Amino acid sequence: MAGLKRKDILGLREMSTEEIDLILDTADALKDIATRPIKKLPTLRGKAFVTLFYENSTRTAKSFELAGKYLSADAINISISSSSVQKGETLKDTARNLEAMGIDAVVMRHPMGGAPHFLAKHLRASVINAGDGMHEHPTQGLLDMLTIRQRKGGFKGLKVAIIGDIFHSRVARSNVFGLAKYGAEVWVAGPSTLLPAGFEELGVKVTTRVEEALEGADVVNVLRLQLERQEKALFPTVAEYSKFWGVGPERLKLAKPDHVLMHPGPMNRGVEISTSAADGEQSVILEQVTNGVAVRMALLYLLLGGGDAA
Amino acid sequence: MREPKAMLMDANQMNRALSRIAHEIIEKNKGTEGVALVGIRRRGIPLAERLAAKLKEFEGKEVPVGTLDITLYRDDLTELSAVPQVHRSEVKFKLPGTVVILVDDVLYTGRTVRAALDALLDIGRPASIQLAVLIDRGHRELPIRADYVGKNVPTSHREVVEVHVSEIDGDDSVAVYDL
Repeated sequence: MAGLKRKDILGLREMSTEEIDLILDTADALKDIATRPIKKLPTLRGKAFVTLFYENSTRTAKSFELAGKYLSADAINISISSSSVQKGETLKDTARNLEAMGIDAVVMRHPMGGAPHFLAKHLRASVINAGDGMHEHPTQGLLDMLTIRQRKGGFKGLKVAIIGDIFHSRVARSNVFGLAKYGAEVWVAGPSTLLPAGFEELGVKVTTRVEEALEGADVVNVLRLQLERQEKALFPTVAEYSKFWGVGPERLKLAKPDHVLMHPGPMNRGVEISTSAADGEQSVILEQVTNGVAVRMALLYLLLGGGDAA
Repeated sequence: MREPKAMLMDANQMNRALSRIAHEIIEKNKGTEGVALVGIRRRGIPLAERLAAKLKEFEGKEVPVGTLDITLYRDDLTELSAVPQVHRSEVKFKLPGTVVILVDDVLYTGRTVRAALDALLDIGRPASIQLAVLIDRGHRELPIRADYVGKNVPTSHREVVEVHVSEIDGDDSVAVYDL
């Protein structure tokens, strides 16, 4: 018997390697389903979950929705712009009302770090964090790890370079928490204004020189420049950012020839990543998207698949 | 160590039972043309591979072998306290036009076979499906029967039939235990 010994998926920081292995193994087994002619299994028939997104998302919300549908769970999407939140309802009330309607899990994205943790304490239903503020994005971290594991066979000793806006990035944090547990050598690089303090204490190597991070890298994970968060003018211009930290074919020559190039999407082509790199031979960006569905199917199965005693 | 209540098969008897099933498959299907084997995880898989080796030995042609994990199709998931580990199903041959022979170690309630039928039909539409089992111990809860049976064994609900295969367990044997 397998199964996760937790009700909620809030972050990779608190997860053990055994739990992560189980999720990745399950995702590997489920991955084929999305490529079959009949993409429907009866496994989660009669289960329902809601995607509750306080920030915009296409990929993550739809990926969860599809993952649920492939397993026959009913998915309901709530985007905040069209909900009672606009009438002043609190997060806790919104979620408890949904629970009163019988849902089994809440998939939530929220601009405040810790919001899913708060919700998890007040709900019997499972809570899956789909991104909380600048804290964690565990399903993205897991799908990145699955992609790396499929391509590289493991994590130990790999040099992983995470490039860009580290400060605002929950993707970077979840990747760091997960990869560090397996003994990967994680580097983060970006402008000093976008490098948060304290990353060294997580065992991460921090640099403002993108070349240093790319040198000999097995994995290059380019983060999205969150242009909507740039109101504080943390770098002079987009053109200058692109010149110093943008990743293109020239800079990628520093990485190992068999490196894989990742990006969590959506891409700002020509800003943090060049089009020729994004569409190049080493790019696994669309594999990440496919793996995202598999990881989310795995989590829904592991959290909702058992009986009440789970 | 638990003591078995009765030994039903040793390695030789298992091998002979599989040989007979292979001959019956050839007889019923007039050869092995268009026939494929699909083993149900776990012990159905080595049994399917052994049957494929025998079919090749008797008829001289490779018979494709696939594997089926039925976890996601179980009807008792909500009654289990922890979900079982999911494994990959691999059916690499085309199902339309193929006679698929499902292979499992023990046929009991029939619920595993029901799940396997659903799992297989979601992958594609075979020409027909037949069922081969090493042991049929009775007590069906669904209208399912096997086309090929190694041995029929009357049992009670308070007994367990354990099939050992050397690929997984280190030895070939079938024994009955008390629950």
